[in-house]
Amino acid sequence: MFPVLLFYIFSLAIIASALMVIFSKQPINSVLFLIFSFINAAGIFLLAGAEFLALIMVIVYVGAVAVLFLFVIMMLDFNPDTIKKEVGKHLYVGLFIGFILFLEIILMMYSPELFSYEYQIVGNTVKTSLTNTEILGNLIYTEYFLQFQISGFILLVAMIGAIVLTLRHRDYVRRQIVSDQVARDPKLSIELVDIKLKIRK
Amino acid sequence: MTLFFINYALPLIFIFFQSALVLVAVLLMAYFGIYADRKIWAAVQLRKGPNVVGPFGLLQSAADLLKLLFKEIIIPEKANKMIFVLGPIVTCFVALSSWAVIPFSEGWVVADINVGILYIFAVSSLGVYGIIMGGWASNSKYPFMGAMRSAAQMVSYEVSIGFVIITVLLCVGSLNLSEIVYAQEGLWFIFPLFPMFIIFFISALAETNRPPFDLPEAEAELVAGYQTEYSSALFMLYFLGELAATFLMCAMTTILFLGGWLPPLDILPFTIVPGVVWFFLKMAFIFFLFSMVKALVPRYRYDQLMRLGWKVFLPISLFYVILTSSFLLFFDIAP
Repeated sequence: MFPVLLFYIFSLAIIASALMVIFSKQPINSVLFLIFSFINAAGIFLLAGAEFLALIMVIVYVGAVAVLFLFVIMMLDFNPDTIKKEVGKHLYVGLFIGFILFLEIILMMYSPELFSYEYQIVGNTVKTSLTNTEILGNLIYTEYFLQFQISGFILLVAMIGAIVLTLRHRDYVRRQIVSDQVARDPKLSIELVDIKLKIRK
Repeated sequence: MTLFFINYALPLIFIFFQSALVLVAVLLMAYFGIYADRKIWAAVQLRKGPNVVGPFGLLQSAADLLKLLFKEIIIPEKANKMIFVLGPIVTCFVALSSWAVIPFSEGWVVADINVGILYIFAVSSLGVYGIIMGGWASNSKYPFMGAMRSAAQMVSYEVSIGFVIITVLLCVGSLNLSEIVYAQEGLWFIFPLFPMFIIFFISALAETNRPPFDLPEAEAELVAGYQTEYSSALFMLYFLGELAATFLMCAMTTILFLGGWLPPLDILPFTIVPGVVWFFLKMAFIFFLFSMVKALVPRYRYDQLMRLGWKVFLPISLFYVILTSSFLLFFDIAP
């Protein structure tokens, strides 16, 4: 009873905060609600007995991805009125994609092979003596090794791409070169100059 | 109804009291932590430190606490009020909730979960939100700069902390914090993994914004960084959150490298002392090191801080992960 209650609390919180992501006026509030819905999604993973996935979800999405979101949104200067205009332009495309997604979910719910009440999320955890982490490790590094490596390479390519796009050495930017700074000695940095004093009379 | 009472209500009440006990312990640690920090700092500089309020100045922290509580909470007019108030609450909540999985002694843990160390890593990665929210919501330049610095710093040093944790986990074979301590019976991990201990110690300083990495609140440049606009109880929450996070890092160092509640030698005079005493002694030692660093080392420059995180610690820790795993595999001693 208690897990079911928690499930409804978590899922209601996800839906409510996901709606708030779309409808809140301030972009920053949208991001904060997005973070809140991520955390609640982690809660649902916990209820399903997938503790490892739940915490990885928090670490990756909340701890890393959403921080960057928040960074970008804070640095940009948004005007709520222009956002309203921009939304109007893309409204129909967005509605169309949303409709397709919604249709897919509905179809999934009514197709008995894919989704039936035998596979309820709550209270139907896999019973093994192994912990979550061990099961995942056994699967990822044996059966799904190729897929795991490929996804790693995709991430690597994305990282290199991001670095290539942003790394530019411009001549007029003064840079700190630490090795030069450490290698400085008094001979290089201090010069003794004899100054002839002019004594005015 | 009775089934509900036995299965859910009773454990809930039990957990509630356990958490309250841990909370009191953490708050007491924070109370004496401030005092110890100030005394050590003063001793290094040949001053007396707090010595007026109460015997040896022991009540100084209580006096400061009361002073802060009775001050007025000032919220800037142009601030985003909701997020402004939420910022310190998030920081404090996150720092305190990590303590749920810390084993103080054998079996003395509120939640003995299988992925304890991941939980701490996840929750402490949320700590950055409190600071960003506070800095942004203040709607002022210095807090915003401080929050930006802090966010970049915490995200960077989390990476090397992650690799240090992976190295320890390779030697343990479990994510459970109690298992990590059990694996150190006989040999604490500080001896085989000493370079990792150093990296973890310095990263912990950076992660908790302690000096010499206290750039988010560098007085000389940014007034007080992200907490510039905060006063009274809200300021106190930031302060408390930071201290709780610092002690959490001490506890993590104790568990990962110093053998948690285990006595230094498994012979008679040491084994009589209860484990929780050893745990707190080790934590106090690490906190003493933190305070000494604060007193001795000048503040880092910001670009040096970033360089240290990404170009020094990240490659070294990555190399050590590979070295440790190869070593364990070669001698076939992996758990």
